[in-house]
Amino acid sequence: MNKQRKAVALISGGLDSMLAAKTVMDQGIHVEGINFFTGFCVEGHTHAIRDKDKAKPKRNNSLWVAEQLGIKLHIVDVIEEYKNVLINPKHGYGAHMNPCLDCKIFMVNKARQWIAENDFDFIITGEVIGQRPMSQRNATMPIVARESGADDLLLRPLCAKNLPATLPEREGWVDREKLHNITGRSRKPQMAMAEQFGFDDYAQPAGGCCFLTDKNYSAKLVDLWQAQGNKKYELDDVMLLKVGRHIRPQPNFKLIIAREEGEGRFLQGYKNEFISMNCSSHSGPLVLIDGSPSAEDLYLAAQITARFGQGRDAEQVDINVMNQDGSERMLQVKPLTKEEIPEEWYI
Amino acid sequence: MEKITLNARRLLCPLPVIRTQDKVKQLKAGDWLEVICTDPGVMQDIPAWCRINGHKVLETKALDHEYIIILEVGA
Repeated sequence: MNKQRKAVALISGGLDSMLAAKTVMDQGIHVEGINFFTGFCVEGHTHAIRDKDKAKPKRNNSLWVAEQLGIKLHIVDVIEEYKNVLINPKHGYGAHMNPCLDCKIFMVNKARQWIAENDFDFIITGEVIGQRPMSQRNATMPIVARESGADDLLLRPLCAKNLPATLPEREGWVDREKLHNITGRSRKPQMAMAEQFGFDDYAQPAGGCCFLTDKNYSAKLVDLWQAQGNKKYELDDVMLLKVGRHIRPQPNFKLIIAREEGEGRFLQGYKNEFISMNCSSHSGPLVLIDGSPSAEDLYLAAQITARFGQGRDAEQVDINVMNQDGSERMLQVKPLTKEEIPEEWYI
Repeated sequence: MEKITLNARRLLCPLPVIRTQDKVKQLKAGDWLEVICTDPGVMQDIPAWCRINGHKVLETKALDHEYIIILEVGA
């Protein structure tokens, strides 16, 4: 009797990985999904911190895809290991701080380790030649296979016919003729295939599924590293870069200003780790002070805090300053005007 | 049968799901796990994760900015 072959599919939550997994499942292969959480993954829930985004669906697309396909999904926390990928990318960054090629090599390598530990036979990705400018090009597809160590255990069902046959094809575990030959950035072939499979709802993340492809997010990360004098980060740093308005008046400190109630609630959770401020004479946002501010710096921070509250036009407002140990004091300040906050302070 | 509580407050999805997944690996079929979270996304994600992995959601509760899910570990 033929052995039941098993494959693990990298499931991002987008359409391509969904179609790739389905293509192989339809050939009788047992498929399970794997999803890697780097800390930079774009999730509806992160947006859901903000009250204004509450109407948006809060589903995790990778879980949703797995459920549509009827497969198990293994979500793996790679936050610590991913630091080396982001800090020292061998193949460099893309348009922003996105190390896409190194990231893909890293994830396929992790999948290769996973199949060895779990007695699976090969790996599936939804890669398409020419789909992404950095990691999914004709020249980089073999690099991913080689440097990840997956070699010919890596099957890309959506463009397999444009690539040399992999082990699962050569061994007849999958029929190469039933795989695809999609190339380029057009989404039409994938949309047609989705229709054939009866998938009428799927995520279409513009620019990918990673915050590091975002210009504004990347600018905040670079600012963090410059301020620290090194490229280290912790998960809390990564999370806080997604939240609030960031203003750096001096190299030694910045303000993180909640833009609305949901962000304020989220920032409340960090009050034991940062000096925080809020306006007590008028309504206004919660503000965290990140860095090592002097007494003068705190006065300036209080003036900026006042600018973003309802007392912005008052002659004087009361700003409550809370230390990490819970001790409090009051500063009475005149709010800065809009013109007194230079554009370059905004990160 | 064990009843365990997992504190996943302040974590944003998918971390509460990952912590739930890791905790469930240490439990036996029939054990109960109560997960306490602050990200409302768990109300979708943990039940979805349970459905695809064969665990049973016994109860979900939304309190004042806290979300509690009680699940029974499947076989």
